[in-house]
Amino acid sequence: MPQRLLEGITESLSDDDLGLLLLIRHFERKLLDLFGQGLVQGTTHTCLGQEYVPVALAPLLDERDYVFSNHRGHGHYLARFRDPYGLLAEILGREGAVCGGVGGSQHILSGRYLSTGIQGESLPVATGVALRLRDAEPGALALAYIGDGTWGEGAVYEALNMAALWRLPLVVVTENNGIAQTTPTSAQLAGTIGDRARAFGCRFAHFTSRHVDEIRDGLRPLVERTREGAGPLVVEFATHRLGPHSKGDDTRSAEELRHAHEHDWYPREGAPVSDRFARMDAEARGLVEAVAGEVLARPLSGRLG
Amino acid sequence: MRTMRVAESLNQALHQVLDGDASVRVLGEDVLDPYGGAFKITKGLSSRFPGQVLATPISENGIVGVAGGLALAGGKAIVEIMFSDFVTLAFDQIVNFAAKSVSMYGRPVRLPLVVRCPSGGGRGYGPTHSQSLQKHFIGVPGLAVYEVSPFDDHHELFGEMLARGEPCLLFEDKILYTRQVFAGGVAGDLFRYDTLPATPETGQVTRVYLDDPEQADCVIIAPGGMTHRALAAMRTLLLEQEITCLLLVPRRLYPFDVAPLAPLLERAGAVVVAEESTAGGTWGAEVAQQVHSRLWGRLRRPVSLVHSAASVIPSAAHLERDVLVQDTAIVRAVQELLS
Repeated sequence: MPQRLLEGITESLSDDDLGLLLLIRHFERKLLDLFGQGLVQGTTHTCLGQEYVPVALAPLLDERDYVFSNHRGHGHYLARFRDPYGLLAEILGREGAVCGGVGGSQHILSGRYLSTGIQGESLPVATGVALRLRDAEPGALALAYIGDGTWGEGAVYEALNMAALWRLPLVVVTENNGIAQTTPTSAQLAGTIGDRARAFGCRFAHFTSRHVDEIRDGLRPLVERTREGAGPLVVEFATHRLGPHSKGDDTRSAEELRHAHEHDWYPREGAPVSDRFARMDAEARGLVEAVAGEVLARPLSGRLG
Repeated sequence: MRTMRVAESLNQALHQVLDGDASVRVLGEDVLDPYGGAFKITKGLSSRFPGQVLATPISENGIVGVAGGLALAGGKAIVEIMFSDFVTLAFDQIVNFAAKSVSMYGRPVRLPLVVRCPSGGGRGYGPTHSQSLQKHFIGVPGLAVYEVSPFDDHHELFGEMLARGEPCLLFEDKILYTRQVFAGGVAGDLFRYDTLPATPETGQVTRVYLDDPEQADCVIIAPGGMTHRALAAMRTLLLEQEITCLLLVPRRLYPFDVAPLAPLLERAGAVVVAEESTAGGTWGAEVAQQVHSRLWGRLRRPVSLVHSAASVIPSAAHLERDVLVQDTAIVRAVQELLS
């Protein structure tokens, strides 16, 4: 991938979008660093390489919309709330944790944002929420992030069937990073996600772009139609997971990893970057360092009552 | 008071629930009129409350998930699982979503959700349409397990479950559907009944007794679906052997703390727990463990567990009868305890 193109991706961004992308990137990197130091209990799943998806979607959603996230949800959370303190405190079990440290990395509820750790489980729930919204708050929608691996779960099809039957305001965002834990998508998914979605009469959109504005412009009218009663929308992003599934469990070859890194939106080590990028990158890195230092110094969390 | 069958009483209760609260949705397979559900418990609801009743595809896991979503977003939901055997398909949504969500986010989250489960055998429906699966849902934090009894005010029962704010399973014995509800404190020609007030730990418990609940030779603890078999056993024991029993029917099977019942159990000194579940890992074993912990050395014999055999439930009537718990098994258990 030519470096020029990568620069194009970041240089066309607004400060706001670039700042959010960098916040997520440095947050995830710091998390792996803390994990390496033995400071993170249990497990965690980073979204390195996929940050642009929730950043692109963020302004298309409003406060009345529900967002359902999954195990790989730090980017989804940060794009919605820009709250690295609450998220890191949750992951580290410190005071100020969004859910008192009970939920941890993959079980977070904040307002109309909910993540849970079972594949596919959120889709019937999101369908029920969309049903309630259709009747009680017309114009609002439920959006659920899933992965390519999630399409192996029966719950996905039960939910799509009902959402299409009842023309519900549901958006299913698939981050297809080509690998389900260690299993390549080609070894676990027959046919295509698009064909599966269309089989239920759902509208479908596929994005290979990593350009935030391009994605946003493409999605905006589709999301609006969902709000207006056009029924469920399934979106697939061809994306790339740079890091391991969780920690230290990457079985991909050097060649496969190189391929993933070639699709990173973040400039390669040593590549020339603009002054703006360098400044904002340093700011985001500094913010995350400060967040980590502050949160680690906090007392352990207690349940919220 | 006009007597009615338990099925009619449940149906009437659902009418009252939907009439009283526009945020309640009833959903399930084939619940619309004119069919009104496989056991007619939802009859008339869709005609009277068309916006509140939803017929679904055959997708138990999905349906319970949708109900969880309705509850999460500020509504209330009552799901009908056509046969409780199919609730295994919704195990993930019940155990890993609904029951978890009420507490795993570090603070209480309200999820007013009831999953109705028509259960039990005796109708010849065979191994996959006759089970009593209550035991598989006992001991799940954030999940309450209830069972319909003929003594209950079923409208109040639904109110209690929806007010609980956490998911509830309601087991409804399919033979009990066909029986009359009891009223006026009289259970048949021999026995009287009253209720012990609910506590948060124990829930409401109905006492059925001859003259004096404190003068029984043996206590039988049984869920509502066992009521008529327990009454038949009590009748036989009384008329043939002058043994008096006290029957305790808890409205809620889990959480269920036996503490408030301990004085009654200790006075009798003999306790049977009867349920239709097949053998192994039963609700009764959970209850017995609690009784033993409290009353060790103060009972004549260990608590006797009465349940169905360790077997699939056959279709043919004669084979089914051999497997399912009968009143005679309760009679035998009481006799052995007192011998």
